[in-house]
Amino acid sequence: MTSRKPMHRTLRQIFIAPLLVAIVSTLGLVGALVGDGWWDALSWVTLAVPVVLYSLFIWWRKPN
Amino acid sequence: MTAATRSLRRWGFVHKWTSLICTVFMLLLCITGLLLIFHEEIDDLLHSQVKPAEVAADAPLADLDHLLANAIANAAGQVPHFLIWDRDDPNAMFVSVGPSITSDPSKNLLIRMDAHTGAYLDAPDVTGRFTYIMLKLHTDMFAGLPGKLFLGLMGILFCVAIISGIVVYAPSMRKLSFGTYRAGRTRVVRWLDVHNLAGILLVAWTLVVGFTGVINTWADLVLKMWQYGQLAEMTAQYRDRSVPAKLTSVNGAVEVAAHAVPGMTPSFVAFPGSIFSSKSHYAVFLRGNTPLTSRLLKPALVDAETGTLTDSRDMPWYVSTLFISQPLHFGDYGGMPLKILWALLDVLTIIILGTGIYLWVRRRRAGVSVDRVIARSSNLESPALSS
Repeated sequence: MTSRKPMHRTLRQIFIAPLLVAIVSTLGLVGALVGDGWWDALSWVTLAVPVVLYSLFIWWRKPN
Repeated sequence: MTAATRSLRRWGFVHKWTSLICTVFMLLLCITGLLLIFHEEIDDLLHSQVKPAEVAADAPLADLDHLLANAIANAAGQVPHFLIWDRDDPNAMFVSVGPSITSDPSKNLLIRMDAHTGAYLDAPDVTGRFTYIMLKLHTDMFAGLPGKLFLGLMGILFCVAIISGIVVYAPSMRKLSFGTYRAGRTRVVRWLDVHNLAGILLVAWTLVVGFTGVINTWADLVLKMWQYGQLAEMTAQYRDRSVPAKLTSVNGAVEVAAHAVPGMTPSFVAFPGSIFSSKSHYAVFLRGNTPLTSRLLKPALVDAETGTLTDSRDMPWYVSTLFISQPLHFGDYGGMPLKILWALLDVLTIIILGTGIYLWVRRRRAGVSVDRVIARSSNLESPALSS
């Protein structure tokens, strides 16, 4: 990335990614309650999102 | 100081104190909870149990009166309170017995029975088990209802800490992009990044598991409310009757109830005189067949003198809320992969709690209060904080 960081990020910029993660994980929490089979699979994929993102950011970052 | 800064400092103050008060208890809950996610597997590993007979999938079920008689024959001087179908093993059932019908049901003995042959399997004393000790620590710390309500209060503080955490996340991230981890910096900076990232990623999960946990601490109160509310209403006209000298067939009562509420499966039967029925009724509780509706119960009251149905109603919203909040807290509704995810998210929560304590200790030692740091837009460059 060559572009310079903006000095101040807006609230929308700060919260858009967390909001998406929250929506996706809520889908997962409800999904497995609704049905079995595919619904269970949906909850496994969506609830894995926060875990995977955490691992990516902390352990598999590109070195600057 | 601007109004916005003042407000942020207030949120920082709320985040600091709600977190600090509940953290030790949340650590206890996270660690015991982590083990409890796998309570079945741990029990299987540590304890052997008699297996029900191998039968074909469509084998007929045992006559319940026969099964009950076999159970009582193995429990001298005990009377049945509840007859329970095992959710996890369709080949087994439980008969919950106590010294008298009015004795405290939380001290009952659970007798496992073979659902097909009606034979006695075993009646292990679970109170010495590792998982039982974990469960007691997790639910009431061996302090009964006050312990439960106290942990519920800690849960509420945890939820407030999460919400205030979302607010103070914003100033912390003013100059940083989402997911920033400053690996080359001092530990206090790195752990702040870990705390912020894990905290914000887990907001939905921690709020749901935290709040459903709080609801579960009110279970005793909710069930009492139902007993004195809907159940009392349903049985009002029979209040003055005593327990019949000779009860009608329990198998017959379950058939009557299942016929009256088609499409539902029996979950448990409360015997006449037990806490979940009147003195003269079998209360047959039926459940639905999807993951959601299987958590919701519908009682059907069957007169234990005549064997006829007298009433059946859906349970009120406050009981349904309790029942739905249970799987959302336990994470037991989506197979082993969901349990493993629950465990991983639990471990991340422990990391959030641990880094949170560390950040508080470091800043206190450095003489920089958390709320001031937050108000200064994560200005962590001060020499006092480098180590």
